Amino acid sequence: MSADATSLVDTFPKLLLINAVRRGNRPSIREKDFGIWHTWTWAQVLEEVRLFSIGLSVLGLKRDEKVAIIGANRPRLYWTMCAAQALGAIPVPIYQDSVADEMAFVLAHAGVRIAVVENQEQVDKILSISDRLPTLSHIIYDEERGSQDYDRTRLKSFNEVQEMGRAASNKQAGSNWEKEIARGKGADTAVILYTSGTTGQPKGVVLTFDATITSSRNANTFDELDEHEEVLAYLPMAWVGDHIFSYAQSYVAGFCVNCPESPETVIQDRREVGPTYVFAPPRIYENLLTLTMVRMEDASAFKRKMFHYFLDVARRYGEKILNRQSVPLHGRLLYWLGNILMYGPMKNRYGFSRLRVAYTAGEAIGPEIFRYYRSLGINLKQLYGSTEASVYITAQPDGEIYADTVGKPNIGVEVRVADNGEVMFRSPGVFTGYYKDPERTEQTKTPDGWVHTGDAGFFDPKTGHLKIIDRAKDVGRLKDNTLFAPKYIENKLKFYPNIKEAVAFGDKRDYVAVMLNIDLVAVGSWAERNNVIYGSYQELAAHPKVYEMLAEHVDAVNRSLAQEGPMAGAQIKRFLILHKELDADDGELTRTQKVRRGFISERYEPLAQGLYNGSKEVNISTEVTFEDGRKGAIQGLVKIVDMNVYPATAPEMEQAA
Amino acid sequence: MRAPSGGEIASGEVLLAVENISLSFGGIKALSNVSFDIRKGEVRAIIGPNGAGKTSMLNVVNGFYHPDEGRITYRRQTRHRMKPYEAAASGIARTFQNVALFKGMSTLDNIMTGRTLKMRKGVLSQMIYWGASQKEEIEHREFVERIIDFLEIEHIRKAPVGKLPYGLQKRVELGRALAMEPELLLLDEPMAGMNLEEKLDMCRFILTVKDSFNTTIALIEHDMGVVMDLSDRVVVLDHGQKIADGTPAEVQGNKAVIDAYLGVAH
Repeated sequence: MSADATSLVDTFPKLLLINAVRRGNRPSIREKDFGIWHTWTWAQVLEEVRLFSIGLSVLGLKRDEKVAIIGANRPRLYWTMCAAQALGAIPVPIYQDSVADEMAFVLAHAGVRIAVVENQEQVDKILSISDRLPTLSHIIYDEERGSQDYDRTRLKSFNEVQEMGRAASNKQAGSNWEKEIARGKGADTAVILYTSGTTGQPKGVVLTFDATITSSRNANTFDELDEHEEVLAYLPMAWVGDHIFSYAQSYVAGFCVNCPESPETVIQDRREVGPTYVFAPPRIYENLLTLTMVRMEDASAFKRKMFHYFLDVARRYGEKILNRQSVPLHGRLLYWLGNILMYGPMKNRYGFSRLRVAYTAGEAIGPEIFRYYRSLGINLKQLYGSTEASVYITAQPDGEIYADTVGKPNIGVEVRVADNGEVMFRSPGVFTGYYKDPERTEQTKTPDGWVHTGDAGFFDPKTGHLKIIDRAKDVGRLKDNTLFAPKYIENKLKFYPNIKEAVAFGDKRDYVAVMLNIDLVAVGSWAERNNVIYGSYQELAAHPKVYEMLAEHVDAVNRSLAQEGPMAGAQIKRFLILHKELDADDGELTRTQKVRRGFISERYEPLAQGLYNGSKEVNISTEVTFEDGRKGAIQGLVKIVDMNVYPATAPEMEQAA
Repeated sequence: MRAPSGGEIASGEVLLAVENISLSFGGIKALSNVSFDIRKGEVRAIIGPNGAGKTSMLNVVNGFYHPDEGRITYRRQTRHRMKPYEAAASGIARTFQNVALFKGMSTLDNIMTGRTLKMRKGVLSQMIYWGASQKEEIEHREFVERIIDFLEIEHIRKAPVGKLPYGLQKRVELGRALAMEPELLLLDEPMAGMNLEEKLDMCRFILTVKDSFNTTIALIEHDMGVVMDLSDRVVVLDHGQKIADGTPAEVQGNKAVIDAYLGVAH
């Protein structure tokens, strides 16, 4: 019946038409503005989208032309996606913190006709590169402030375009609009998402309506999501996760998306909304936990004691209760008490009080962090996905949760591990190809539809779940042929709150060496408590006591590696602490905050050499790029520390979460 | 006290003029015979070495101090002395060198206090709250929220200001001054103690305030880069006396100014 009717609806504009009828009075999207949550129902969203879309057609937007969307998560930018799709045009969301040069590449590569942007900052960026964008005819901005003094010929405000739409909608254009929607088919391109790319230029991943809608529908079925969900849209709109989660799944299930007031208020806004479904990279959970721990250090002795006592109770019984395993009566009672005194208020603080399902994806999450949330009774699960798959490849079903797996194949997805250890998948959510790049498409997608993920992994025989160890091309060997999985080592290091980033080297080398980045919040707070005085990031990073502390962490990692059979040979022999924070603006991280190992080893060539030539300290000067594009230099002396390695011991059987 | 009549002051016309102002504390002469004017719509900087009398000058303008001699003409009305609340009611707002906020109150409440003079309902009506007072409160809250949005301080809306870093406190104080919808805004070292990024933000805010709200701004500042970039005209004080007055370029080349800053024996 109704479910079948929905399954015939094959584009987002058609879904919007149906949602506006079927759940016209239910909330579709909210935004906090001037301190108040404003809500638009599905019926209101249809009207907003319709006016803007007709306005776009008045500006001359045609089928298959591209519309760039640049800005933070705001209702109008989400509406722009649907408004463009209604005309058969293709939305191309772009990371809003990209510098102008990066943006120029994507805008030119996609051949963008109209750019819809958040504010004056983005307008300025595009104007500064507009001579490289021959196809660009108009820039439309959402936020009016600061945009008064510009040349208005190519610049329009969102309101102006909607007014143009209103003026035209009484005439022929109005009825044509619904005809244009009807012309859209599931096999049409829905969106092009540019991946930040760990190497080379960004690739435009082309996804059809069929791919995104089927993937979303399956995901909604997998976790039983319906129109009553509330989600917070706070991750970059250009990221496939946000696109599927805050746009596609919302249109398919009809649930409500909440846009925060500003990036700084996300934690507060999440608390006010109380989302039922959450999707976040591990970094977000790490930050929340780090913040909690730092705050608890400042709390009164009594509160601190209580916190640690009940944390221990949660550690012992929390997960078992969540997994419906047997727990002794006194354990249940203590947990019940803890829930009243601590876990409940804590979850409320995080905005997780109403949470039904939370996912972490994108990178490995620290087992400690993972267990912390689960022990509080938060249903945190892992999934594995990619842009090329419209996110979902594998996910952990309820009740089958392990800290070190990424779950079982999602509905309709086939997964296999190739002979070289690379994970491959085939699914209905698969991408069409890379935009204007048949060569790289061919390298990634086989003729019979299998896609190379580039990740190395294996199916765990005990649980039947997929485990990911590293990027396939990054797994290397030391000179003595010992297995070296850099990400695996880096993740172990990064699970310490004091370590923000780690970069491991070792492929075709004699031993493993790492560069570390301290976490300014955690180490800064530690410094304050321990009377360590510092004037800058660089000074703190080079402080002997900080080195001592991080050496302990590295030592602990070596001990744990020693217990892990094949990994035992890849213990860390030498490490250093970088004098500056790795930054996407300097090209050291990708826009999704993953380290670019090769680039870093070139950029810090003297340091990389120092790690292997036995020197005790190395002098380095590094160029840095500020947010406005200006360049400066940071100079410093970096110490290198030698570490003990431990003989391999028999692996301890570790209890799976 | 209502805003004085005298009609609108056109852009470029003299908004405030001080003439022959002298001020002394006991035997110490803080200001002697200082005259200058501030024109509608400009950014006017007051600079000078430590102890030159800059803050005293601002205090005279908004009625904190009463000059021993001299006249102040504001909106074509000439006075010998002005009371602080008169200054506030007639559209002069200011921020302080050492941030003077209510530390225990939230950002929101602090900025809300800037609306006090705009409130029309009496204490009794406000205590009952419901009805007309509620409507008024909502109107003012809306205005305050616009300022919060403008200054990009949404994330600290509910935070007690005493806990905020200095740069943000400065921003809150600017917000409170803006809440008065001032015609003349006096800023006492708005950038003191800020890092580069905070300074750039503050410059952006000041220029936007000037352009979008048509507010006239007088500021005291030590960062010469900021002064030269922001201001239309600069007046230089040293030892309570005016030693130069003109465009940033003129002042920069002035011999007396260079001497005052580099320290020549007087």
